[in-house]
Amino acid sequence: MIRSLRVLLCIAVLVSCAFAQTKLNGAGATFPYPMYAKWFNEYHNLYPNIEINYQSIGSGGGIRQVANGTVDFGATDGPMTDQQIAESKVKVLHVPTVLGADVPAYNIQGVSGELKFTPEVLAGIFLGKITKWDDKAITSLNPGIKFPDQNITVVHRSDGSGTTYVWTDYLSKISPEWQSSVGKGTSVKWPVGIGGKGNEGVAGNIRQLPGSIGYIELIYAVQNKILYGVVKNSSGQFIKADLASITAAAAGVKMPADFRVSITNSPSKTAYPISSFTWLLIPTNPTDANKGKILKEFLFWMLDKGQTMTEALSYAPLPTQVVEMEKAAITKQVKP
Amino acid sequence: MNPPEPPEQLQKPATAIPSMAQVSRERKPAASTVLQKIRTSHPRASRIPDAVFAVIILLSAISVFAIVVLVAWELIDKSRLSLHQFGIAFFYGHDWDPVEGSFGAVPFIYGTLVSSFLALLLAVPASIGVAVYITEMCPQRLRAIISFLVELLAAIPSVIYGLWGIFVLAPLLREYVEPFLARTLGWTGLFTGPMYGLGMLAAGIILAIMVVPVIASITREVMTAVPQNQREAVLALGATRWEMIRMGVLRNARIGIVGGIILGLGRALGETMAVTMVIGNRPEVAKSLFAPGYTMASVIANEFSEATGDLYLSALVEIGLALFLVTLIVNALARLLVWSITGGTARVRA
Repeated sequence: MIRSLRVLLCIAVLVSCAFAQTKLNGAGATFPYPMYAKWFNEYHNLYPNIEINYQSIGSGGGIRQVANGTVDFGATDGPMTDQQIAESKVKVLHVPTVLGADVPAYNIQGVSGELKFTPEVLAGIFLGKITKWDDKAITSLNPGIKFPDQNITVVHRSDGSGTTYVWTDYLSKISPEWQSSVGKGTSVKWPVGIGGKGNEGVAGNIRQLPGSIGYIELIYAVQNKILYGVVKNSSGQFIKADLASITAAAAGVKMPADFRVSITNSPSKTAYPISSFTWLLIPTNPTDANKGKILKEFLFWMLDKGQTMTEALSYAPLPTQVVEMEKAAITKQVKP
Repeated sequence: MNPPEPPEQLQKPATAIPSMAQVSRERKPAASTVLQKIRTSHPRASRIPDAVFAVIILLSAISVFAIVVLVAWELIDKSRLSLHQFGIAFFYGHDWDPVEGSFGAVPFIYGTLVSSFLALLLAVPASIGVAVYITEMCPQRLRAIISFLVELLAAIPSVIYGLWGIFVLAPLLREYVEPFLARTLGWTGLFTGPMYGLGMLAAGIILAIMVVPVIASITREVMTAVPQNQREAVLALGATRWEMIRMGVLRNARIGIVGGIILGLGRALGETMAVTMVIGNRPEVAKSLFAPGYTMASVIANEFSEATGDLYLSALVEIGLALFLVTLIVNALARLLVWSITGGTARVRA
């Protein structure tokens, strides 16, 4: 009995040596976390000896950790700035993985329809210039809807977030005043409004406060069946955010060689204007060649098989020409 | 992230203990003589274990010191960039603009202090009421149930309080309480402006609910430790029940009660999650309690993970340093208060 146990133990040890586990560690953005978790899990099922750990500690943390070389890869919702790249100890390649969007959600007494917003109206509301729901700028856009004489309460994210980055990046592009007085970032100095923590905090506050408007991630709005408005894009079309209109936003923008691109206010005709990529940050010269090789194989899998899994989780897949470009860049730039 | 907490928790109970120790000393005068006998009967055998024990105790005492010093050092070291850039202006600056890289701590210090003191204002009378009822007036059967429920309140995670704040308390405040306050007390200037439900008032109320179990259970404990003959003596002098509670119990227990209040204040100053969910998170100093505010612990929790840029990160660590200093000052003031009370007692006894 004891002997057979010993034999079993020996076999177990031998087997585990033969299939030595390779563990990769990554950290960063929270927005694509559900997608990444799914991918890493599927990949582990395909190749049981490879385990990829991902900690969704936020984009700022992801950039810091990959720049210091403490993780094998990072992830971010906003591309690294030139200064961050200059200060980074590790040279990285930005690899776009999926697309997402921010939508304006609101709660107005007596209004249950889908509202239309123009860039000017959104900027006016978030700058505190438009303060009433029956303001002419809003009513003239939505002729069929009767607005109450109600104050507008702006709700924004209180925690630093890629969602805020995309929203403020959009407002900076369409409003020179926003650009000069507020600017873009994961946290900004809001001219008006109250802050809610996370998508759930913003959505909760909107639901609770009559007359409020805020921005949330499309995925969150879809999954929780929250009413959100359509936004006029740069070609003058009112577009509702969905997977097709987000992918269109990415297709309409010329992709630079380093993939650091903002696709808000995309020129494409069918594009939803408040869309964004999210990126993995891959060290181009990994310290551990074996890990680098595994990561590279994973990236190719993610760009083929992985892209077919996105829609089930409400993320928009990459346009095909971007996928081709990424494959070429990874082959050329990432060692080994 | 809330560095000042561990030392507080280790230190605070000490304020409550002296009064209880005094009480127990009166009851058991024999303890030291018994120990003396044991020691003299085994003079050599106990020397080495005693020495080892003394060293271990000394080390654990020093470790508290070391932790406080390390926390302070780490906070200063990591906020060096921001300290250098803004100097002392950081502590009286009002601006918080991560995009421009301009940082000042005043709105956060203000929010932390106002929400915490508002919480104490509401919680202290309620907690003492709870404690008096449990120890002095409650039927025996109810006593265990109420004590259990009070302690249960302390075990509820703060995120639950926060959600309750958003979905129950805030609408209640917005629909009924705030309009009423604005009508009746609006002239004070403390209850004016748009009513969101969320804001400083909501944060104060949530904190009060979270602090009540801390203060109430310590107060109850201290009041239970007051010897029965004190009560009987006051009653024998012809006091009514209320006079007995006031003179016989509360007066004897007051040092412990103040200790409990300090512990509650510590919890209120450092509370993060529940506060950030209901305070509105707006870095602004407003006189009205309806207006949204922000606290030091909340801004660190909110912005640390996505803070890009070294100066921004450094400024957030300096907010941590400010929280550390505020906690230190508030604790020192509270300790002074305890000393002044103790001094008063000594004079009365003399």
